Amino acid sequence: MRTPNEIVAEALAAIHGCADLQALEQVKASYLGKSGQLTELLKSLGGMPAEARKTAGARINEAKQAVESALKDKREALQQAELDRQLAAETLDVTLPGRGLARGGLHPVSKTLSRIQALFHSIGFEVATGPEIETDFYNFTALNIPEDHPARAMHDTFYLQSGELLRTHTSPVQVRFMQKNPPPLRIIAPGRVYRCDSDVTHTPMFHQVEGLWVDESVSFADLKGVLADFMRNFFERDDLPVRFRPSFFPFTEPSAEMDIGCVICGGEGCRVCSHTGWLEVLGCGMVHPNVFRHVNIDTERFIGFAFGLGVERLAMLRYGVDDLRLFFENDLRFLKQFN
Amino acid sequence: MQFSEAWLRTLVNPALDTHALGHALTMAGLEVEALAPAAPAFSNVVVAEILTCEKHPDADRLRVCQVDVGEAAPVTIVCGAPNAAPGLKVPCARPGAKLPGIEIKVAKVRGVESFGMLCSTRELGLEGSADGLMVLADDAPVGEDFRAWLNLDDTLVTLKLTPNRADCLSVAGIAREVGAITGTEVRMPQIEPVASTIQDTLPVTVSAVEACPRYLARTVRGIDAQAPTPRWMVERLERSGIRPLLAPVDITNYVLLELGQPMHAFALSRLTGGLEVRMAKPGEKLELLNGQIAELTPDMLVVADLNGPAALAGIMGGQLSSVEKFTVDVLLEAAFFAPAAIAGRARRLGLSTDSSHRFERGVDFDATRQAMERATRLLIDICGGQPGPVAETATGLPHRDPIVLRLPRLARVAGIALDPERVAQGFRALGAGVERREDSLVVTPPSFRFDLAIEEDLIEEAVRLHGYDAIPAQPPAAPSRMLPQDETRLADDSLRAALVGLDYQEVITYSFVDPAWETALDPAARPLPLANPIASQLAAMRTTLWGGLIETLRHNLNRQQDRVRIFELGRVYAALDDQPMKLGGLVHGPAVPEQWGAPARRVDFYDLKGDLERLFGQALDVRPATHPALHPGQCAGIQVEGRTVGCFGALHPRLVQSFDLPAAPLLFELDARALVWRSLPRHAGLSRFPLVRRDLAFVLDAHTPAGELLAALRAAAAATVRAIDVFDEYRGKGVPENQKSLAIRVVMQDTERTLMDQEVEDAVHRLVDAALRQCNARLRE
Repeated sequence: MRTPNEIVAEALAAIHGCADLQALEQVKASYLGKSGQLTELLKSLGGMPAEARKTAGARINEAKQAVESALKDKREALQQAELDRQLAAETLDVTLPGRGLARGGLHPVSKTLSRIQALFHSIGFEVATGPEIETDFYNFTALNIPEDHPARAMHDTFYLQSGELLRTHTSPVQVRFMQKNPPPLRIIAPGRVYRCDSDVTHTPMFHQVEGLWVDESVSFADLKGVLADFMRNFFERDDLPVRFRPSFFPFTEPSAEMDIGCVICGGEGCRVCSHTGWLEVLGCGMVHPNVFRHVNIDTERFIGFAFGLGVERLAMLRYGVDDLRLFFENDLRFLKQFN
Repeated sequence: MQFSEAWLRTLVNPALDTHALGHALTMAGLEVEALAPAAPAFSNVVVAEILTCEKHPDADRLRVCQVDVGEAAPVTIVCGAPNAAPGLKVPCARPGAKLPGIEIKVAKVRGVESFGMLCSTRELGLEGSADGLMVLADDAPVGEDFRAWLNLDDTLVTLKLTPNRADCLSVAGIAREVGAITGTEVRMPQIEPVASTIQDTLPVTVSAVEACPRYLARTVRGIDAQAPTPRWMVERLERSGIRPLLAPVDITNYVLLELGQPMHAFALSRLTGGLEVRMAKPGEKLELLNGQIAELTPDMLVVADLNGPAALAGIMGGQLSSVEKFTVDVLLEAAFFAPAAIAGRARRLGLSTDSSHRFERGVDFDATRQAMERATRLLIDICGGQPGPVAETATGLPHRDPIVLRLPRLARVAGIALDPERVAQGFRALGAGVERREDSLVVTPPSFRFDLAIEEDLIEEAVRLHGYDAIPAQPPAAPSRMLPQDETRLADDSLRAALVGLDYQEVITYSFVDPAWETALDPAARPLPLANPIASQLAAMRTTLWGGLIETLRHNLNRQQDRVRIFELGRVYAALDDQPMKLGGLVHGPAVPEQWGAPARRVDFYDLKGDLERLFGQALDVRPATHPALHPGQCAGIQVEGRTVGCFGALHPRLVQSFDLPAAPLLFELDARALVWRSLPRHAGLSRFPLVRRDLAFVLDAHTPAGELLAALRAAAAATVRAIDVFDEYRGKGVPENQKSLAIRVVMQDTERTLMDQEVEDAVHRLVDAALRQCNARLRE
């Protein structure tokens, strides 16, 4: 009869030689199965004296454990190899593009409008809107621009055959809003405006954002503060130089033009700033009392400031667009650059 | 307004260089639009006289000149200009001179040494004809520096003046302003009355008193209209952008530039009888100086003689009575026409003149006589002649009432307190009367300021003189209150973001379109026409977004962009009170970008419908519809709460052809307001009991919309039915011709208990029954 050690040695060799789980199970059966070699050996203990049986039993059990341990290790090794094979077979080229739709994008003017709205919203400005076909009253008269005023010549107005007009600025929204809402109020009014002008630097339609803040104690210094804050945040430049120059708008007094240091050349002088180092970016001023009178706001109690900025201009400066007309050609190759 | 810096500096000369002066003007609200040198940079050019001129021994076209350059001995210069001749005075560039583009050196020209170059206007970079040498006046001082002699070291300043600053439409006015903002003394032109030497007057009647509060006329006889305009005047006119014409006309233009008073000179012999300043009569016409025949309306002011209008007052003179070369007697006019009587008239006639520009904005009504005396003096000095007395009519001139400026109000509006003394001083420098009171200033504006009438005007002026930049920029203090956020209303930006996520590119197209597009898309459309369109293809307000979207498609197809998925959020226009916001879109080309992992296929109706369902975030109530622009079999309307809020479908083949498209795009247009409302979510509890699913296949007429069957089933569904959906459509083998099979999934669940088989069977029976009764749909065998 062979010793347990001999059987173990043989079993370990057989286990080692197994190529798959099935062979391994057969090896297991031939040593540990019902009539396996170690099982038979164990059965043969019955005829031994107690003392000898104890010793021999212990040796056989050790042998069994050695074989079981080897079986377990081999099983895990084979399972791992199997998994590795599967994983290798299932490996994809992750560099191939994903499947399905692409993603669209916003028009750069929309992006700019959103940005402007978000900045003003963050200090409490609500959005107001108004019609684009307007009456002479809201576009001019209520804004202190009477018939035949020379300021009307600056506006190049589109008229409808019905006598109404296309608003030349977003300022009429001020009047419409104040007619319905008592002060204090803080609004911005984004939207399309129209001027009868078309060349390299003008399109007959463009976008403005009108702003209005009416309260008991707002001042020209506040106006400067809000607009400087806006420009610096819009361009994300804390050191952006700004300046305010006296100007004239019939619906504000004092009136100002706001310039920012040229964001293209940094103030050195370039084509975009006409070599002045400054860019004119908006018009603003303190609301003229005649405008307040049209909407029955007490001019002694309330003071207001208003501003109007050109959205395309800011978009061009922010994104480095050098031709205004690109915004309305809607060439996808242009638009997708902003996605 | 363009003027010569040198001219300005004869009146006020602050210690600022050109750019600093320009900056000061800009920051005072007189925006400097351009600073241009009067002549390009060149140096070492002198006035020279050609003494002799001989043919070059070795070159036919060249001549050897002896030139007096103001030195002891003449210099030799080789010259190729055809007009070189002895006695001619010309500019001469000396050796070492730097001209635009070249530097002059002593050089041998075909063997003859040349000590400089005689110059043409072009070689100096000046305007004028390039043919031959620039010929100078006979009195040009030989040897003098050419730049100095012609005053070329000057700058042309162009101001972009705002309409409220009519007082700065003259060199004197700008000088006054510069004096005020820089604190420099101003020396205004000294104007003395010119005594009359003849007694001739022409009777003048002012009938339109309100429109013409002051009218001055003066006869001057015996002038030489062809007398040369002096060089200094020509220079100032030219540098102000006015072309010299004829001395009397140049003189009135000069006074306009100098003092801001538009003047007119009539040829006296062409006037019949006296003059009347009156409103035009209906039907009257006047041939203007520019040859245009103006059809006058009764709100236009004219200066008329017995034969009718002779001038359009304050705008332009008439052709017939204009001063010509042979005019001997003139009538000078200086008037104050009220801005309201002039404003807008020139524009209506398609005119804009220096005169109307000033009268519309307001001319100094107190300086009319000064201008008349100035013009008379210049006329007599230049053209000779005998002046008559000044005839003046003055009634109802504007008032300049004192205005109270409350200092606390000034501080409240400005945001800081300004020093009252400095404010008062500033007003005085502007020519205003100022009375200081305890808490206010009482300011009486000068006659040339038409923009100072109320307290705010003074506040603006005070802050302007203080300097806008000297007002601090401060963040305002305001109560912190949150803004309302309506959770059931989507912001426009969310709609845009949703479509961007669905692979749509936003576009912005013009609100005005070609009216032909509109009627092509909908023959019943009546787009609002513009009275003054900028182009015929932008002549009417859009009634749909589709025109612009199709045009955008075409633009991109022409640039090899064949997959186009675009949307626009914008208004369409029906009337003043009907300008609804619409959301429109167009898809065309491959359903997905060409890619390795998905088959290529054209986008179709159901792709678009899926996009819209995702946009709305729910199943849509969609019904077959018709739209003249869409394929009749591929057109659907969307209903929200019983109202049609938009439609979508494939472009009609007829339009695909007329728009010259390679394939039919799919289009949608929705009422944007219908899209933004969302109900606030409300949690309804979850059932712990099992779902029961039953699949039913119905066979029905191929033309019956699936939506009808679903509606019938849903109406008949028991309370336990959670969902009824189509999961397959089949036509072909096994289904009779003209019939289709629709596979319907029914999901049932109770919140309280497990459904019993009988309940499920009863519910299904009701559904099958309803399908049969309402849609003639039978369960498939």
